[in-house]
Amino acid sequence: MFRVIAIVAGLGLALAGTVEAQTPRKGGTIRMTAPYGSSFTSLDIHTTQRAQDEIYAKGLHRSLYIWDSAEGKPVPELAKEAVVSGGGLVYTFKLRDDAYFHNGRKMTADDVIWSYNRIMDGTKAYPGARYVRVIEGAAAVEKGQAKDISGLKKIDDFTLEMKLTEKVDPGFYFFTALTSIYPADEAAKESFIQKPIGLGPFKFVEHVPGSRIVLERWDRFYKPGKPYADKVIVSVMGEAAARDVAFRNKEIDTSVLGPAQYVAYQSDAALKGTIVEVAEVFTRYMGMNPSFKPFADKRVRQAINYAIDTDLIINKLVKNKAYRATSWLPLTSPLYDKTMKPYAYDPAKAKQLLADAGYPNGFEFEWTTSQNESWGLPIVTAVIPMLDKVGIKAKVKQVETAVLAEVVRSGDYQAFVYSQQSGPDPQAALKCFHSSTPQSACNYMNFKNADFDKLVDEAGQADDPAKRGQLLQKANALLYDEAPVWFFNYNKAVMAVQPWLKGVQLNATELTHQNVEDLWVDETSPAK
Amino acid sequence: MLAFLIRRLLQTIPTVLAVVLLVFVLFSVVPGSIASTMSDDSDPQVELRMKKQLGLDQPVYMRFGAYVARLATGDLGASFRTREPVTTMIAKRAWPTLQLIFASMAFAVLLGVPLGFIAALRPGSLVDTVSMVLAVSGLSLAKFWLGLLLMYLFALKLGWLPSFGYGDGGLKYLILPAVTLGVSPMALLARTTRAAVLEIMTADFVRTARSKGMSETRVVKWHVMRNALVLILTTMGLQFGALMGQAVVVEKLFSWPGIGSLLVDSVLQRDIPAVQGSILVVVLFFLAINLLIDVLYGVIDPRIRYA
Repeated sequence: MFRVIAIVAGLGLALAGTVEAQTPRKGGTIRMTAPYGSSFTSLDIHTTQRAQDEIYAKGLHRSLYIWDSAEGKPVPELAKEAVVSGGGLVYTFKLRDDAYFHNGRKMTADDVIWSYNRIMDGTKAYPGARYVRVIEGAAAVEKGQAKDISGLKKIDDFTLEMKLTEKVDPGFYFFTALTSIYPADEAAKESFIQKPIGLGPFKFVEHVPGSRIVLERWDRFYKPGKPYADKVIVSVMGEAAARDVAFRNKEIDTSVLGPAQYVAYQSDAALKGTIVEVAEVFTRYMGMNPSFKPFADKRVRQAINYAIDTDLIINKLVKNKAYRATSWLPLTSPLYDKTMKPYAYDPAKAKQLLADAGYPNGFEFEWTTSQNESWGLPIVTAVIPMLDKVGIKAKVKQVETAVLAEVVRSGDYQAFVYSQQSGPDPQAALKCFHSSTPQSACNYMNFKNADFDKLVDEAGQADDPAKRGQLLQKANALLYDEAPVWFFNYNKAVMAVQPWLKGVQLNATELTHQNVEDLWVDETSPAK
Repeated sequence: MLAFLIRRLLQTIPTVLAVVLLVFVLFSVVPGSIASTMSDDSDPQVELRMKKQLGLDQPVYMRFGAYVARLATGDLGASFRTREPVTTMIAKRAWPTLQLIFASMAFAVLLGVPLGFIAALRPGSLVDTVSMVLAVSGLSLAKFWLGLLLMYLFALKLGWLPSFGYGDGGLKYLILPAVTLGVSPMALLARTTRAAVLEIMTADFVRTARSKGMSETRVVKWHVMRNALVLILTTMGLQFGALMGQAVVVEKLFSWPGIGSLLVDSVLQRDIPAVQGSILVVVLFFLAINLLIDVLYGVIDPRIRYA
């Protein structure tokens, strides 16, 4: 596996090297694809958490922070700098005074406050609320108990004070498009949803529902000399086979590859060089409900991890388009522990553990799954005979993705298979397993463990980042031992990139989410 | 004629109401809700507030009553997801869908009907065999696979057409999706036309016409073609409705901005007003086409009365 990591790192360096070696060319059109569905959900990015929508939003909008793929962490964007006080709970942000909305108005602290208050409107269930909730008083607004977030205070037009409820790095909370800053006056109008205005490097031109979004360069973007391209077209292309034809036909500049195409592109000399891959911060797993008696016993949960030949499934079914999971925190997490080894495939040990737990003849459970090709029904179907070998019978319950999301949050399952964000912030990722985190939030297995809680709480109070890291790594190791899930894999995102498109970033949070101002096309691009 | 039209229009009201009721009840009982698709991490209290704001806390019969009342004024409601009026969402996609469906039907009629005629006029000949092999193949081909094949051939290999997208709405973007969608009705029309023509050719009135010394061209033109058209029109009417459903696959494959993809996405996201609005438009389109076909029956064959 580490050989693969090395290849990824190598690819990243090669890519960076290319960017350094060439002077970015001004002009041209970047033609990206949105591969996760048959349309964009909305032009109001506050309302949608789909990865599909953030692809265009990276061109149109900006947040307080932005993800720096090279550094692997969020860095200030609309915030220029932050002074921390109040025992690590108060952040005083100096905002950019050169950020202009696409209607020509300068952004001020009022826009930030207005945007965050909007996201906390509890009647709308905006997905970004999960992040803004970390600001003091935000939860009260969400519950309808207050009108404005008390923890936000405008010092002057370009200075904002933010009081947090816990010691966290706000960068991890305010870098996605879900917390984009909207123009307070314009965004309140109904016309905003038809023609959105943002602070991004590109401004809105056209949306053809179910087909494409077109953006063009915003000349007053605050980063000198950027963006490079004149235009960005994001085409909705949910069908992998259609993307493949379009990519080979040079009609698009990027294409996300599924397992089958990954294999095909690797074996094609003309296409092999177009592959870009990164370990994303998503962990795929089978969650086990502790209120179902057999799964209440740690030995049974461990037995399941020993009973499944995970490497075989990753190799044969997922076509190596994934990395073996060794615990919860993924490969690209800053706290990923390289010394940890995954559960070995050991059916004999699994049988022994089952016998020790009082299930020498196994048991039967219902496994809820969606049809997802990478972590859904095909995987479940492959695992069932492996579990059967140790006496565990699994009955499949197939549901739609929307239903699965409801099932896991309500706890109405015995086991389920899922893909869950496990980064980039290790503290937030592990907090999902804290007993105080509701099942409806992200503690889907309703995990409760006093030792784990203690470690996460201590990490939350630690001022020393190194100590905090150690505590969280211990919590991650404890999670491995407790095995609330079958640790399946970490997603390997793979994208094909045309040779004329430069500056592609290996974004571990979602590979398709590119800071488009850094992308450029050379003169060989066939797009005008 | 006017009385017929009014009567037929009134007859559509129960059909529309039945569809609206069915969709309403269906989406009240299927699991999954807009709240669960909005966020992985929302507070149950927030979900309750959201449901209240959207009126989802009301009993089904009350919601249905309010919906029908709004519908009577032409208001399809607002999307749960985007808060945009559903009429606006549909209006944006209606033209591309109509473009696709009418182009597909034009392809089907212009190719399928002559093929069927030629095959029927020379039964058992090479032309007949080839035409019917083509027709059966057209009916058997999966749209997804056929679309990919056409993309591969005409975009990638020959470079004549773009492989996907709507572009400026021009013909070159329309051809591949329209042919993909039109092959199946073309095949059906060819077979229907052949069968109808063969049957009419042996009818008594055709034999009488021939025995009176009428030329074969006049027999085909005035007796066979005219009578066959009634069956062809019926097939066309039914195919128009089917195309609306089948367009979903083609729209997704070619990134074509139609109502089909809106419907699929809305179902997946439990955006009930958008689902209801999309289905209603599909049903109204189907009813309108069938009404038009009924009117055309009388034009083709004056013996058919609007009684």
